[in-house]
Amino acid sequence: MNAVNASGWRPSMGEAGEGAGFKTASGDYGLMLEEALSFELGSSEKCGVDLDTPSRPAAAGLSKFLRKSAPALPGLTEPETVRHYTRLSRQNYAIDLGPFPLGSCTMKHNPRLNEKMARLPGFADVHPLQPQKTVEGALEVIEQLADWLITLTGMASVAMSPKAGAHGELCGLLCIRAALDARGEKRDVVLVPESAHGTNPATAAFAGFKVQSIPATPEGRVDVEALKAKLGPNVAGVMITNPNTCGLFEPDMKAIGDAVHAAGGYVYCDGANFNAIVGKVRPGDLGVDAMHINLHKTFSTPHGGGGPGAGPVVLSEALAPFAPLPFVSRGEDGRVHLVEEENAGEGHAQAFGRMVAFHGQMGMFTRALTYILSHGADGLRQVAEDAVLNANYVLRSCEDLLPAPFAKSGPCMHEALFSDAGLAEGFSTLDIAKGLIDEGFHPMTVYFPLVVKGAMLVEPTETESKAGLDRFIGSLRSLAQRAKDGDQSLHSAPHFAPRRRLDETLAARKPVLVWQGAPGEPGTPSLSEIGGS
Amino acid sequence: MTRYFSQEHEWIEIEGDLGTVGITDYAQGQLGDITFVDLPEAGATFGKGDSVAVVDSVKAASDVYTPVSGAIAEANGALADEPELVNTQAETGGWLFRITLSKASELGALMDEAAYKQYVESL
Repeated sequence: MNAVNASGWRPSMGEAGEGAGFKTASGDYGLMLEEALSFELGSSEKCGVDLDTPSRPAAAGLSKFLRKSAPALPGLTEPETVRHYTRLSRQNYAIDLGPFPLGSCTMKHNPRLNEKMARLPGFADVHPLQPQKTVEGALEVIEQLADWLITLTGMASVAMSPKAGAHGELCGLLCIRAALDARGEKRDVVLVPESAHGTNPATAAFAGFKVQSIPATPEGRVDVEALKAKLGPNVAGVMITNPNTCGLFEPDMKAIGDAVHAAGGYVYCDGANFNAIVGKVRPGDLGVDAMHINLHKTFSTPHGGGGPGAGPVVLSEALAPFAPLPFVSRGEDGRVHLVEEENAGEGHAQAFGRMVAFHGQMGMFTRALTYILSHGADGLRQVAEDAVLNANYVLRSCEDLLPAPFAKSGPCMHEALFSDAGLAEGFSTLDIAKGLIDEGFHPMTVYFPLVVKGAMLVEPTETESKAGLDRFIGSLRSLAQRAKDGDQSLHSAPHFAPRRRLDETLAARKPVLVWQGAPGEPGTPSLSEIGGS
Repeated sequence: MTRYFSQEHEWIEIEGDLGTVGITDYAQGQLGDITFVDLPEAGATFGKGDSVAVVDSVKAASDVYTPVSGAIAEANGALADEPELVNTQAETGGWLFRITLSKASELGALMDEAAYKQYVESL
């Protein structure tokens, strides 16, 4: 067991707060800092910046829309603002503090080289309306990334502009709709297996399709016969997540694709889990027509904090003509330029329109390309191999204590799925998740996928070393044993977090909005308002 | 009055051509604390198996399928303020909606209470 600081001073020094027997006047305890809400700290009298009084009156045309009074925002000085968020951040967990094993989310390390490249002024300080000849380097980055994504997926083209995974799903389905319109066909059903990501049926409904669910087999995969039975002239396509949310590869993907194509439909693949197969499998070889790629999952860009996300969509020959504008293209002169409405010409006459005002998220593109180039093709293959190896190590190290419903069907891919069946009466997944907080880990994904009772979905990613995995496994095994033994202290976990177990039900049923500031008067709410009723 | 059950864990109680639909006590136990219920508008028509309501719990958002075809006669307005009724009175006061049956013959495909009990035990 790799204990933390096993050789350090802590055991002989005692635990923090032990035997102190008094409360501090400030409410802080050494490095354990409490923090007020921003409007409790601020006031309308203060402002962090010194703004000049406007010398010109507001534009006459705006007069109707001008504010009559100042917004009820708390004013804080710059040091107050910096300390506020830094103090809050110390009460939170981050990928820079330890493993973040959220299954399906792929919380991998964000390499610092990515950040260095993204901050280069030529990438960081560009404006989307700058003349193209002043941003040729940035366009080259987009084109190179597009080229890598096409190569890695074995597809015909890529739409770079979608802003996130679900936005990419919508882009893919709008391409399918445009292709059907071009064929003059009205197909309105999209088939979605139970093992697909939850966003898939939502996207299909948003795009105007009717969703029909396909059951999972007892092995956690798509029931191919049930899917084939639903194919027909009304089916626009199928949305499959591969590897799926049970952490399993869908081995019948090619057969599914052939059947869907034979019935006149298209295959959308949710590429959120591409990190498990990058460099190993090309979705284009499996009959996929459209697939989004979450740059923040497979290609290590930050989850939030780095601006809007990016969800490029790779497209097959069949769907490529319908890709949205704008996109980048290398001209005959070797230079990369943007293809927009005015220069799309006959070659892109079928583009279904635009999804966003501009061409994408430069910060994410730069980081993703940096990750790709710093790993190389062989490194990317190892990313997939290590992610899968780590997940299987967790799976096989815990399956004797926590039931793994699909472990018998062979190795998992990049995530290990457990169930809370067999815990002591009254103990569930939630207790183990909260216990992990006490152990110093972010909990895994819980109660998803729905096909497993009390699901715990663990995705270690390639980031974690064997020593790091052993620490996590040690904690998870300890918690599973305590839950099997009926250790009541687990019901009140977390014990060591800044806050104890929160009443999530009451918070959802009767949310209390504390901020009630009247216009022009950022008030401090009374205690009764904070307590609510 | 006769009560039927579906494999998707809905119950329906028939009175004339009107059916009252809810989720079973087993289903609410699986979902955990219910936080919000999205109900259909009166007058909307649905086919058997269509998703007509959504039940949000602390664990998941789950579709509720109508076990029969028909038009929505009424939704349980009490659930807007007290979604927990689905937990505490799943098979009585926590009903979700009433539907006017358009194909009474569909009831034949549903289970009676004994068969449903057996079905749940097999899960």
